[in-house]
Amino acid sequence: MAQITFPASRVKMPASSLKNWIGVAPFFLFALLFLILPSVRLLAGSFTDTEGRFTLANVLALFTQPYILKAYWLSIRISAVTALSGGIFGFLLAYSVTVGGLPKALRPALITFSGVASNFAGVPLAFAFVATLGRTGFITAILKNIFNMNIYDTGFNLYSFVGLSLTYMYFQFPLMVLVMAPALDGLKREWREAAENLGANSIQYWLHVAMPILLPSILGAMILLFGNAFGAYATAYALTGGALPIITIQIGAQIRGDALHNPGLGYAMAMGMIFIMAISLAGYSWLQHKTERWLR
Amino acid sequence: MSVLARLRKIPFWSWVWFILGVLYFILPLYATLDFSLRMQRDTLGFRSYEKAFADPQFIKTFTYSITLAIATIIASIILIVPTAYWIRLRLPEARRIVEFITLLPFVIPAIILVFGLIRVYSAPFKIPFTDVVLLQSLTTFKFGTNILVVAGYMVLGLPYMYRSVDTGMRTVDVRTLTEAAQSLGANWLTIIVRVILPNLRAALLSGALLTFAIVVGEVVLASFLGVPAFGPYLFLLGQHRAYEPAALSFVTFLLTWVAMGIIQLVTGGQGQAAGAH
Repeated sequence: MAQITFPASRVKMPASSLKNWIGVAPFFLFALLFLILPSVRLLAGSFTDTEGRFTLANVLALFTQPYILKAYWLSIRISAVTALSGGIFGFLLAYSVTVGGLPKALRPALITFSGVASNFAGVPLAFAFVATLGRTGFITAILKNIFNMNIYDTGFNLYSFVGLSLTYMYFQFPLMVLVMAPALDGLKREWREAAENLGANSIQYWLHVAMPILLPSILGAMILLFGNAFGAYATAYALTGGALPIITIQIGAQIRGDALHNPGLGYAMAMGMIFIMAISLAGYSWLQHKTERWLR
Repeated sequence: MSVLARLRKIPFWSWVWFILGVLYFILPLYATLDFSLRMQRDTLGFRSYEKAFADPQFIKTFTYSITLAIATIIASIILIVPTAYWIRLRLPEARRIVEFITLLPFVIPAIILVFGLIRVYSAPFKIPFTDVVLLQSLTTFKFGTNILVVAGYMVLGLPYMYRSVDTGMRTVDVRTLTEAAQSLGANWLTIIVRVILPNLRAALLSGALLTFAIVVGEVVLASFLGVPAFGPYLFLLGQHRAYEPAALSFVTFLLTWVAMGIIQLVTGGQGQAAGAH
């Protein structure tokens, strides 16, 4: 039986091409049921009023209600700040173990650790930072006992914008390391040698050769970091208990019990998030595509 | 002079960044460990770990989460391996659309996913424009909710699982293996189970462990769908206890570490080398 089908696999026939799609049907069915349908339901809901008629009011309300605007703005700020600082720090770290001249053995260790840390989010991460920078945290205590400085007197608060950003950094910069290390590996030694032969110093090499090649990849990775922070919920909720009203926390409140008293507005909020995430992913893949022709 | 020259060779700034990075990695973990060991006044000990592990709720939720993780991993493999295999062998034109779908979970965060899942499946599933009920509302009974949670976790793990399976298939030359098996008279099921799967061991293991790391501590889907999983339990424990949550956080970290360490071992650092050439 099987031997009869064997030659058929070599022949391309349009009739069997349609049959071939049946092989991937389970996957598409799964995606439809648990990915597409839920998204479409939210999309449809955001254009429906309480009586079930079509409306644009929900989407317009996203831009007029200060409560919602504030939530988006807070999320965007936190994501941007942690993407930028996590991106810069992660880049420097990736630089140090790839082309920065550190011993080769440190690299796999750092990469593995980055893999762990970029996956270490949510409740345990929040608790770890409470133990570190909370009122009785480890570093708080060290600063108090040794340097006689109470950081909580200086206005620092873990359960605030700065605190949450520091916590997000724990999974942000490792992700940057994971994305940037291969890109830095792609810098060819010949480019550096060529630059040096032409009399360029290290700064000139970085400014005029390496950076222009790496820049799209750095920007792309930072956009990825932005999306990574923008979608986070559990870490913020476990750390601040909802006191810092970022957009995911507001959506959580809406799921729990229609906090806005308008289901449609809740759906619109969710769609707004998907919209921002989609733009950042598109930006990421576009920039990634731009770097690919250099870093092969 | 030679001392100075040697000093200049030491990549000073690289060391600075590296040490800063290591401190950022280590300090929160050390602080958590240190805190978790101080349950009894003035002595270091594993009291908080004993207490945390002895809680029947811990055992229940943790076993439940591990069961969910295993169910997710098995279901993902059953769904993704044949799909990726079929695309590679028979349907390359589906690659773009399938890859696009596997990236969607990056656009739809867990909180949005659970929002949509609840809205779709908390009502009975009817044939459009009629009152014929196809499917009872999944959120009203235990088994239905479990299906939803596992499906949601499959979605969260989809990008990782698909990617590692696809990379694995690229390295083992699926086509030749299939043709060899076919010429020996194997059918499709035999080929997938006895030829393809064993050759994908490393890829499957790394996909499975990543999924495991995502699922075991997951909070968003579990808490909004109301299942008694480890993530929500840890969160609630943190509301009224101090030392036990720290102990369990540290354990969770160790689990993640073990998972990533094994991935690094079985792929031989492939993950990092992938972009190097």
